[in-house]
Amino acid sequence: MSSITTSATASALDSPRDPASLLSIRSIAKSFGSHTVLRNISLEIGQAEFLTVLGESGSGKTTLLRIVAGFENATSGEVWMHGQRLDRQPPYKRRVNTVFQNYALFPHLTVEENVAYGLRVAKHPADEIRTRVHEALAKVKMTAHAKKKPAKISGGQQQRVALARALVNRPQLLLLDEPLSALDANLRRQMQVELKSLQREVGIAFVFVTHDQEEAMVMSDRIALLRSGELEQVASPREIYSRPATAYAAQFIGHTNLLKALVRGGIAQCGSLSWPVDLPDGSAFFSLRPESLRVIIAGSPSPGSLPLQGRVVHQAFHGATQLARVECSGGFELTLRTARELNDGIIALEFSPPDAIPVRESPERL
Amino acid sequence: MTSRSSSNSRSPWLLAHAFLVFGFLYLPIGVLIVYSFNGEGVGGFPPHHLTLDWYRTLFNDGAIWDSVINSLEVACAAMIIALAFGVPAALALDRAQFPGKALFRRLVLLPLILPGIITGLSLLMLFDLAHTKLSLLTIVLGHGTALISVATTEVFAGLQKFDRAQEEASLDLGANYWQTFWRITVPNLKLPIIGAALLIFTLSMDEIAVSFFLIGRDNTLPLEIWGRLRRGITPEINAISAIIFLFSLAAIVLWYRLRVKAEGSVEVGAELLETQENYTLER
Repeated sequence: MSSITTSATASALDSPRDPASLLSIRSIAKSFGSHTVLRNISLEIGQAEFLTVLGESGSGKTTLLRIVAGFENATSGEVWMHGQRLDRQPPYKRRVNTVFQNYALFPHLTVEENVAYGLRVAKHPADEIRTRVHEALAKVKMTAHAKKKPAKISGGQQQRVALARALVNRPQLLLLDEPLSALDANLRRQMQVELKSLQREVGIAFVFVTHDQEEAMVMSDRIALLRSGELEQVASPREIYSRPATAYAAQFIGHTNLLKALVRGGIAQCGSLSWPVDLPDGSAFFSLRPESLRVIIAGSPSPGSLPLQGRVVHQAFHGATQLARVECSGGFELTLRTARELNDGIIALEFSPPDAIPVRESPERL
Repeated sequence: MTSRSSSNSRSPWLLAHAFLVFGFLYLPIGVLIVYSFNGEGVGGFPPHHLTLDWYRTLFNDGAIWDSVINSLEVACAAMIIALAFGVPAALALDRAQFPGKALFRRLVLLPLILPGIITGLSLLMLFDLAHTKLSLLTIVLGHGTALISVATTEVFAGLQKFDRAQEEASLDLGANYWQTFWRITVPNLKLPIIGAALLIFTLSMDEIAVSFFLIGRDNTLPLEIWGRLRRGITPEINAISAIIFLFSLAAIVLWYRLRVKAEGSVEVGAELLETQENYTLER
């Protein structure tokens, strides 16, 4: 179900009136004084979609989230949810809940009271509150800690309480602001899996903000890559990895080799390499993933592929694979992914020209 | 074991210094308390026989108890006035942006630095202009206004430590601004507010300078004691001082307990003592 919705929204990205869309961010811009944080952001989020807003610190991702939650007002643009204008409503009237970066649990209330807060404010009957709080705590495996104060539980546990506190209100959309960044690596990986399965289980849309590209790849249905306040690319992790739109996207999501080539008469020329392309004349950038480069062990290169030679200068072990840096004739370096350690010295390589993906150059922005 | 003894032996001078400082601070209080039990009254050290006579005379002394009640009334009223104006001022300083904010901050904090004599004299002139008869009410107004700055600084410090994300979380969970203030902000400021209240209470209880100018017919306790001292020290004064000391100690212990219970930390208790001492020294 969720995958169908996802592909539907992905293909209908340009149409803001998409019926499957839950949240619609339209031409949002935000400046603080003379400092522009967000520029012309438009984004559709589908029902039950897991969308990650990925970006470096200072890219404006948290500001975007805060605009949706209602803690910041956009300078221009609109936010719509279910055909209703969201950005004119105060935060407490939006059917959106947030998991804050440092959880922002209420220190003077117990775990249970924290989770019950939203329901109490909404004046639900006491026994309904009790059942729902109990369910929510059970869902995040925190029932045993219900009577404790937040200061007495660990960071990972606080994280779960923050989730329960938000989800107990049955929002249509959950916003998560770098919720895993305070956890150590192991716990973090475990929580990534748990969060993802929780999202499938409750079936609501998650907008997840992170600076960690690996986290984004593992969890998301789609990634919205933000750079200096503008959207670089919005696509599924696979698509963004295999068909990055820009040089920045190619470099930010996974490792890549960025080749700067000169195109003339349908032939791209980069150092001593040349291959046919379907591009107009001028300079062009190509992204070549490390795994697209193959080592030729013996004999001649496979038909249709482009051979080249290089000297191994550095190898880094990454567990199942390793990354080797190879200095090629023509003075440029390439990184390739290999299953085994390479012998030092000159090696022969090849790649298929279609694997070199033309990408737009990412202009420098403030 | 060895490391402990070595760290002890490293600091005999520090230890001696500490003893001297504590002696300087607390010996006079100790002597005062001892004299309150001294059969011979003030003078004649060491005391030859101990007695509760001074406490007996004290309890039969109507004028002293009237002044104690006056002081308690003044302190409570001043506390309410100072908090009623000081807490909103702290909130304004922490949250609002308005022209002249820096000036406002200085003006709010000014009474803290201003000598009590100036505050007292200027208030006296004001009341005189307004043809207000001097009474306990004028002292209440004097203490109340002079101590607003204490409430403001204490609560402002609490607000600075307060994580605003909690308020956002509350709004996010559907509570409006008013509900958020009462359910989240105020409970988190509980300790600074109680702390400010206790501080204002004790400062008002032993205030002399401002009271001196604004006193009407009814004496406050410090002025009563001061008035009697002009006629020479009586052990009765020692007795009331010993009782005040005991009550202050109880108040501090109570506060400390509250704070440790609320925050689970011992250091914060020391923090309050520190601020309290600063205020007392400054005045």
